[in-house]
Amino acid sequence: MVRYIGRRVFYMLITLFVIATLSFFLMKMLPGSPLNAEDKLSEEQKAIVLEKYGLNDPVPIQYVKYLGGLVQGDLGISFKFSNYPVTEILLDRMGPSAQLGFQALLVGTILGVLFGLIAAISHNGFLDYTSTIIAVLGTSIPNFVFAALLQIVFAVNLGWFPVALWGEFEHTVLPTIALMIFPMATAARFVRTEMVEVMGSSYITTARAKGISEPAIVFKHGFRNSLIPLITVIGPLAVSMLTGSMVIEQIFAIPGIGEQFVNSVFANDYPTIMGTTLLFAFLFVVIILIIDLLYGLIDPRIRISGGKS
Amino acid sequence: MEMNNKNNIPKELLVPMKQREDTSEEISRPSRTFGQNARRTFFKNKLAVVSLIILVIIILMSAFGPSMNQYGLDDQDLSRAKMPARVPVLENISWLGLDGTLSDNFKGNTVEQATLKGVSRYDNAEEFIDIEVIDEGDGSRNSAEVKATYRIYEAKEMTDQYFWLGTDTLGRDQWTRIWLGTRVSLQIAFYAALISLIIGVAYGGIAGFYGGKVDDVMMRILEVLIGIPNLVIILLMMLVLNPGITSIVIALTITGWTGMARIVRGEVMKQKNQEYVLAARTLGRSNWKIIMKHLLPNISGIIIINTMFTIPDAIFFEAFLSFIGLGITPPEASLGALISTGFKSIMLYPYLLIFPAILISLIMIAFNLIGDGLRDAFDPKMHK
Repeated sequence: MVRYIGRRVFYMLITLFVIATLSFFLMKMLPGSPLNAEDKLSEEQKAIVLEKYGLNDPVPIQYVKYLGGLVQGDLGISFKFSNYPVTEILLDRMGPSAQLGFQALLVGTILGVLFGLIAAISHNGFLDYTSTIIAVLGTSIPNFVFAALLQIVFAVNLGWFPVALWGEFEHTVLPTIALMIFPMATAARFVRTEMVEVMGSSYITTARAKGISEPAIVFKHGFRNSLIPLITVIGPLAVSMLTGSMVIEQIFAIPGIGEQFVNSVFANDYPTIMGTTLLFAFLFVVIILIIDLLYGLIDPRIRISGGKS
Repeated sequence: MEMNNKNNIPKELLVPMKQREDTSEEISRPSRTFGQNARRTFFKNKLAVVSLIILVIIILMSAFGPSMNQYGLDDQDLSRAKMPARVPVLENISWLGLDGTLSDNFKGNTVEQATLKGVSRYDNAEEFIDIEVIDEGDGSRNSAEVKATYRIYEAKEMTDQYFWLGTDTLGRDQWTRIWLGTRVSLQIAFYAALISLIIGVAYGGIAGFYGGKVDDVMMRILEVLIGIPNLVIILLMMLVLNPGITSIVIALTITGWTGMARIVRGEVMKQKNQEYVLAARTLGRSNWKIIMKHLLPNISGIIIINTMFTIPDAIFFEAFLSFIGLGITPPEASLGALISTGFKSIMLYPYLLIFPAILISLIMIAFNLIGDGLRDAFDPKMHK
């Protein structure tokens, strides 16, 4: 197990190194610097600004310095908000994104499991078709389309929630709903398929033969076993929260990391762009690793290759 | 005996079956090939068939829709900006909202005040505004409410013109732009899916078929590539490349083929030890022939299913990129770009957002349902 984790962490570091290198050199290829065309700076002043950002060094030395800074958690200084370290900007904006992503994933998964369970129990019944339709719509309609519709109906027309505001819990309701539709629909489809399959397996027949009550069979024998594979989809769903956050935060004007990224793109703020992509990459690999480890822990049938247990 | 005969079948009809040599060997049902079976299962799935029909219509419209009226992709004309949708014949059915009028509710302390708000909102063209009082009000703040309907086509003396889905803020015809945008979105999706398919099948096929050291090396490379989040790669590529169809396709395919490669490798490894491959080998078929003629047809089902789910993914990513301003940018149109511009005027002209939003949702739903249908059709586990 330890050897397996070690190997996985090693792969993670390689991945992050590749992304850091790639984003560094790609950003070097792009035009744009911390100098504004509007402020008329003398040659000396320009040199001072460039020195501050370390842009006077040749590119290879900049690269080594950048990697050195990364190891210490230093992502450089933002071009747009001068004197503001990127790490600080990202830490400031972490809160809303984390809250939103966590809420959406949690509520979405729980509701999805519930819908899936109901659908499986009323197999081919009315409730089954209803939740299948919800699931198909939820996985098909892009979340930003959904977010815009929520905004028109609940914020503009009905006025129940603010159109775009951040601060209190009720401001998180619409964005959370928009973001949770996808995990909800995916979880519902997944649980339904799993549940139908599990309920047809022979140990359920055995349980029925023993005379166990139907609710006990559904919840104790069926439901528990159908939940295990759900962990595999939670990983990709958590990752999809990252994609979703960019558009959802943009639509509801939430001061999170996704909104920061989009703004940095338009401001050509390369240090911030690089920092955000690295943060996304880091979250991505960590989420996938945690999910894989959880899966191995929960389901003893799965042998982790490279481990001795 | 009499009691058990619940169906009331007359005894005379019950004749013992005779075992005869000539009929016992007869095949009761026509034997069908795998493809025929899959086709039958697919066409039995009503949702999938309806989706297929809708999709064909959308594809045809994206080809011929833009030439159905005289307006072009970038015909800007501010004098006809922000016209609402107006369709001949359908304009007489008021609840459809295709009658070429703008209407909204306005609130004020008195009816006059509310009316004034509505009139000033609609170009002060009083003679073309119908006011309908909803709430007389009692003089307190915003207690009165009126519904103002603005016959903008009459006001602009364009009663002989029809913009079927309205015009955008620069006076460009929405109908033309929507179908051209659909064309761009579908093109991106098809190219991305096709390139991912070719690279993925080739890579996975070679790794799976040759195995051993080749497989080891190729799989290590793939493992590193899969570890890189596609979102990050796509965003980085879009920053570097000039926005356009080609760059989106490149960005989507750089990591898009890895899933297909993994699946194809697994399938090929399973299939290559089957007897039919051994038989082909014994008969002296070359590796190339075995891959093309024997292995590929046998894993084609899984390849088709996977591709069908790649297409909606690509459509989503194009829309996502265009929405955050990294994909197709105006004056070019794509569904994502149209939704993005529509979103900017969501408060005043929601129809600019709603039509492309409905269309992209329809396309995504159709592809997903067809994918589901194909999966049921090709999945051997489902065949009874």
